[in-house]
Amino acid sequence: MDSEGGSTGVRAVDGEMRVPIDGELDILTARQDARELATALGFDGVSQTLIATAISELARNILKYAGHGEILLRSAARNGTPGVTVVAADEGPGIADLALAMTDGFSTGHGLGLGLPGTKRLMDDFDLVSRVGSGTVVTTTMWARRP
Amino acid sequence: MPVPILTQAPYLIASVQAALTDADLIGLQNGLLDEARRRRCQGVIVDVTALDVMDSFSTRTLQSLAAMLRLRGVETVIAGIQPDVAMAMVRLGLTMPDVRTVLDLDEGLAYLQARQQGSTGRGQ
Repeated sequence: MDSEGGSTGVRAVDGEMRVPIDGELDILTARQDARELATALGFDGVSQTLIATAISELARNILKYAGHGEILLRSAARNGTPGVTVVAADEGPGIADLALAMTDGFSTGHGLGLGLPGTKRLMDDFDLVSRVGSGTVVTTTMWARRP
Repeated sequence: MPVPILTQAPYLIASVQAALTDADLIGLQNGLLDEARRRRCQGVIVDVTALDVMDSFSTRTLQSLAAMLRLRGVETVIAGIQPDVAMAMVRLGLTMPDVRTVLDLDEGLAYLQARQQGSTGRGQ
């Protein structure tokens, strides 16, 4: 179901926010939604900015390599510590060489090649699953800092 | 939202008001190149105080803008990168080594004025 105008186009499914990534405006939507989730979970401003920046890179990768995909945002918990999990999923061409894709400075696009390794440095947990011809799923989590 | 470009001769000031789309950024780049040529300006300040994220694309676009303007003899200053944003940029690997950055708009103007006055002296 499409939505337009003032709506962000986000649907909440079982506490999960799903942001379709079909164009550059969706990057801003995903960033804003993640900030709201992180604020609700008590994350500080620095953490919010790190998450928002990671989402920017992940969503950009989706647009650049797959054309479209989605960002899923959900809350996580580990030993009572809240977390924000960001899943970036697409059904694009996939990544042939994962080790190479995780190397700083390597890019098959026209970027700086910092997207994936940079995102890993921005977030606490990082997991990358990709299959050539069927797509890529990046799952990454940041845990709230204890005050 | 397009970024307004103000003239404070001989400088141009672009104050980013909100998060930018890629199209806004490209528009800013082209607008500044065009205005700098028309007004024969000597320096450009891009105030990014309001930006909550600087990712690889926005950083690359600003770096390209600065490089293009430098070839035209125009100095570019990026003002107001927020502490959180700076932290995220460095973690991501974005350090903008070739672009002059300053604390805020006032510092940017002071820098450009000092550079102009000192252009026959000590330089920067």
